[in-house]
Amino acid sequence: MVVKPLTGNYAAAYAAKLSRVKVVAAYPITPQTTIVEKLAQFIEDGEMDAKMIRVESEHSALAAAYGAASGGVRAFTATSSQGLLYMHEMVWWVAGSRIPLVMTIVTRTLGPPWNIWTDHSDIMDQRDSGWLIMMAEHNQEVLDETIKMFKITEDPRVFLPGMVGLDAFILSHTTEPVDIPDQELVDTFLPPRRQPYVFKPGDSLLMGNVPRNLKENMRMREDIHNSLEAAKKVIEEVDEEWGKLTGRRYGGLIECYRCEDASHFIVGMGAWVGDMREAVDSLRTNGIKVGLIKVRYVRPFPREDILKWVVNAKSVVVFDRSVSAGSAGPLFLDVAAHLMTAGIHVPVKNILAGITGLDVTYEDIADAVLKSVAEVEETGKFSRFIEWYYGR
Amino acid sequence: MSEGEVKGKVLPISKPCVGVAGKTGSWRVMRPAYDDSKCIKCRLCWLYCPENAIDLNEEGGPFIKIDYDYCKGCGICASVCPKNAITMVPEG
Amino acid sequence: MPVTLRDLPKEKLLLPGNASCPGCPEALGLKYLGMALGKKVILVVPAGCTSIIQGLMPGGAFIYPTLNVPFASSDAVAAGVSAAKEILGEDAVVVAWGGDGGTADIGFATLSGAAERNDNIIHICVDNEAYMNTGIQRSSLTPYGAWTTTTWRGKRENKKELPLIMLMHKVPYVATASVGYPLDFIAKLRKAASIKGFKFIHLHAPCPVGWRFDPSKTVEVAKLAVETGMWILFEAENGKVTISPPSRPYADKSKRKPIEEYIKLQGRFRTLTKDDIKILEKAVDDAWNTILKLAGK
Repeated sequence: MVVKPLTGNYAAAYAAKLSRVKVVAAYPITPQTTIVEKLAQFIEDGEMDAKMIRVESEHSALAAAYGAASGGVRAFTATSSQGLLYMHEMVWWVAGSRIPLVMTIVTRTLGPPWNIWTDHSDIMDQRDSGWLIMMAEHNQEVLDETIKMFKITEDPRVFLPGMVGLDAFILSHTTEPVDIPDQELVDTFLPPRRQPYVFKPGDSLLMGNVPRNLKENMRMREDIHNSLEAAKKVIEEVDEEWGKLTGRRYGGLIECYRCEDASHFIVGMGAWVGDMREAVDSLRTNGIKVGLIKVRYVRPFPREDILKWVVNAKSVVVFDRSVSAGSAGPLFLDVAAHLMTAGIHVPVKNILAGITGLDVTYEDIADAVLKSVAEVEETGKFSRFIEWYYGR
Repeated sequence: MSEGEVKGKVLPISKPCVGVAGKTGSWRVMRPAYDDSKCIKCRLCWLYCPENAIDLNEEGGPFIKIDYDYCKGCGICASVCPKNAITMVPEG
Repeated sequence: MPVTLRDLPKEKLLLPGNASCPGCPEALGLKYLGMALGKKVILVVPAGCTSIIQGLMPGGAFIYPTLNVPFASSDAVAAGVSAAKEILGEDAVVVAWGGDGGTADIGFATLSGAAERNDNIIHICVDNEAYMNTGIQRSSLTPYGAWTTTTWRGKRENKKELPLIMLMHKVPYVATASVGYPLDFIAKLRKAASIKGFKFIHLHAPCPVGWRFDPSKTVEVAKLAVETGMWILFEAENGKVTISPPSRPYADKSKRKPIEEYIKLQGRFRTLTKDDIKILEKAVDDAWNTILKLAGK
C-alpha cells in the first residue's frame, strides 16, 4: 500500500492496471484523455500486460472493448461528454449482451456551445441502458470503485457492464492523496474473469439474432432490471469486503452524512458532495438539522436506502447537475417517484445547479438549502418544486 | 463458467439448428428433378447450392441427393448443370 | 495452393433451412466461408441481410460462433475479439462480414480505422450493391444507372472504388472475389487467414431480389460481371497487385463480352439509355486501365 498524489484520471488508470485489464480501447476527449495516456504509458513501459487498441472513434472504443470482453478478457475504456453520446448505441448493445466491462466517465456537459466543464448530462443520459452507474466524490473513491466495479459487474448475479463517473476537472485534473493498494491485495480481492458466455473458435453460439418470441425478448429486458436489483446486494457485499481489506467502507449504494438526527435532507451525487458536507456543517452550526444523502449508485437506484432515511423527514432537497428538459432533474424524478410509490408525503424540491459547469460553492448550497428549509418550516410545503439556482 | 452461474439469466443467445426457418422446402414453386443417368459427377450443383441442401453420394447409387425438406427451389443447380441432369419442374 | 472441388470439405457450417431468400448470394458466400476456414471462424456481423439469414433466436443457421453487432461497429468489435483470442492463445480467424452499407457507408470509418491499425482480422464486404435488407435503397456501392427504391430513375453517381481505397491503406492483403468463382474465393480466404494483420476481401454478390433477376441466375449474373469486365478479380499481397485467373483473359478488351449481356438480365438496369451504357462501358475501361497499371502491365 502506498499513498501517492494522484489526479482522478490517474486514479482510474491505476485501478484499471491493478484490475489486470487485458484490453484497453480508447479515443481521446477532454477531460478523459489523461486516463488512456497513462494506460498507454503503463503498457509501453511493460508495467501492464495488456493490449491497447487506439481506435478512430468512441463508438469503436466501446465496440473494441466489447469485442475483447466477449472474447473472454477483462476490458476497459473511458470517455466523456460528446464521446459518450457517440458511444450511446454501443452502450445499449453491451448491456443487452450481458457482457461485463468497466468504463470510466469523466462527466462533462454537452454542446452546443462547446464547453469542457462538468455537469452530469452525459452520464445521466445513459441511465436507462442497463449499466450500473456510480458517481465518485473524490479520487480515492474513483480508484476503489473502479476496482470494485470489475468484481460487481462480473458477479453471476449481475453480469452487466458498469460506469464509474467522476466530475471533469474537479476530480479528473485535481491531485489528491490516494492510497494505492498492493497488487497482491487486488489479486486476492478480484477473482478470475467471469462472464455468461465466451466467443471461442469451434464453440457454436449466436449472440443477438432476431428473436422468434417477443415475450422472451421482453424477459431479457426484465432480467436486466432484475439483475440491477440483485446488484444492490452485491454492491453492499463488495463494499464490505473491500472495507475489510482496506479500511475503506462507503456504505453501498448511498453514503450518509449527519443523517441520524436530521429533519431536512439534501440529496446529491458526485464531486460537489464534498461541498454539500461543508454546507451541512455550516447549516448545523446555525441550528438547522440537515443531513446529506450522497447517492453513489444512480443505477441500480438506492430506493430502499433513501426511503429509510427520509420517511419522517420534514423536507427533501435534491440537487441535480443535469436536467431532463421539459420535466425536471433526473435524480429528483427518481427520488420523487419512489417517495410517492412508498406513500411518503414529504415536501420535495429540485434544485438545478452547476449545470454547464457553473461554479457552485458550499456557501451557495447552504444558501439554497437555508431558503428552502425556511419556506418549509413556515408554510409546510414548497411553493415550487423546481428551482434553477445560479448562485447567491 | 458453469451452467449454474448463468442459470436464471435470460440471455440473447442462440444455438444452431437445421431448419431454423422451418421446412423451407414449402417455399418452393419449382422443384429440381434429378436424372442420375445424365449426371457426370462434376459437383457443380453441390458447390453452388446456396441452401446447402444437396449432398454427394460417393458410395454408389444416385450421385446427388437433394434435401426437399429445405430446397427452396431457386433453380441454381439446374442452371449450373452442364448436362441438364437437373431440370426444374412445377411443384405439386 | 490451388483449391479443387474434390478437396472441399463436406461439413456444412451454413445449415439448410436458413432464412435466406431463394438464390441468395450471401448464403453462397457464407457457405464458402465455412468451406474455406472451417471451425476457426468467429463471425462478427453488422446489421444487414446476414442478420436475417441466420434465422430466429433461439436457433441459428451458423455453426461458426456469430456475434451480431450494431451497423457501424463490426471491425472494431472484431479487433477486440481478435485481441482477446491472441491474449488467450486461441487459434481463431475473426471475420467481420459486412454488406456494402456496413462496409463502405456507415461502417467505413470503422473499417478504415481497423485497416490503418492493421488489426488482425479479415473484413469481407459482401457487396450486393444496395441496402437489400431494408428494401433495396442505394448505397455508395450501387453502380451508375441502377434502379433502387431511393433512385427510381437510376443512380446518377458512380460506384465507389472500395478495393482500391483499401489497397491505399497499405494493408497486407486486399482481394476481390465473386460468388460465381467459389474456388478463387476460397483460395483467397485461406491465403488471407494465413496472413497476420488486416485483410480485406470484396465479394461481389448479385442479389436476385434487389437486382431483379430470376433466382436461378445468381451464378450466371456473377460470372457475367467478370466476363464483361464489370467486376475484376484481383488480389494484392503487400501491395503487389495480381489479376486473378478468372479475370485474366479480360485484360484484353476484345475478349470481354459486351456489357449489355450483363445488364439485360437485370431489371434494375431497365431504364438505362444508350448514353448510360456508354458511361458504364467507359467506367469498365477506366477500371481495367487502373488495375493493369497497378499490376504493372
